[in-house]
Amino acid sequence: MGSRTLVRDSDAELVERLRNGDEATFATLIDAYSGPLLRLAVTFVQSQAVAEEVVQETWMAVVTGIGRFEGRSSVKTWLFKILTNKAKTRAVSERRTIAFSQFDADNDDQPAVDSDRFLPASHPQWPGHWATPPQPWSMGPEGTALDRETLAVLKRALEDLPRAQRVVVALRDVHGWPSADVCAALDLTEANQRVLLHRGRSRLRAVLERYFADDHPENSTVCNAASISDTTQEAP
Amino acid sequence: MTDDITTDLACKELVELITDYLEGTLPERDRTRFDAHILTCPPCREYVAEMRSTLRLTGRLTVESISAAARDELLRAFRRMKTSSTGL
Repeated sequence: MGSRTLVRDSDAELVERLRNGDEATFATLIDAYSGPLLRLAVTFVQSQAVAEEVVQETWMAVVTGIGRFEGRSSVKTWLFKILTNKAKTRAVSERRTIAFSQFDADNDDQPAVDSDRFLPASHPQWPGHWATPPQPWSMGPEGTALDRETLAVLKRALEDLPRAQRVVVALRDVHGWPSADVCAALDLTEANQRVLLHRGRSRLRAVLERYFADDHPENSTVCNAASISDTTQEAP
Repeated sequence: MTDDITTDLACKELVELITDYLEGTLPERDRTRFDAHILTCPPCREYVAEMRSTLRLTGRLTVESISAAARDELLRAFRRMKTSSTGL
């Protein structure tokens, strides 16, 4: 609730309240942005602990620097700029060489779906159409053990994404930021942000697809009788 | 049959256009081809549904944040700042 109110307020009002020492506003700001800031910080430094320190330093800089905030960018962008600078300084002192153009570097050319799942371009009737089509997922209702397990698998898959994809997907899809905010905070073009989002989301879908297909043979037996013989005969 | 718009989008292309489609940044013509394709292609409809499920599930992942102790420390620092800078 608090953070939603915050987002609607204009930055000018927000800054004014901070300058007037409104603690509730500061608390709301911390609650709304510490997660995203932490998410970005861990991409620069060695450990979660150091990332937390960098976030802490960022907030301290806000406390001491709010009087100097000129409102040329949004508060959100300002926060991310402070964090990026602090994290880079830490990364240098940790002798991790990270250029932030790395966000372009970890674009990859992998297709969203393995190309061998499609018919070849030379196919006389259905070039580029599915050879191995996606199968429906049997998701557990919210709150069930299966549902919790699915979320755990997804969380791990998110952490395993290449760094830039992970940050973009997390900010967009976990934190629910609009693309313009992500672009501003990470200094990405819209097109680049979309490529990272596409690669990241496609990988997550692929992980879930494998999870629903592999980890739950009992599910596939429900809708596909043919696979019963396969799975039962695998038993030693 | 001449130049049916549904035939010129392959499933292999659709899976690469899906993010632009969901983001609403697909050019009008491609959007029409996309819509026409999923109307007649159950596997691609399934693929779109799975992508939407992925987004819905991702949206339910818990948001990590700083510790309660760190948060308290910041609020204390904010309070100290306020009392020490009355003439801001």
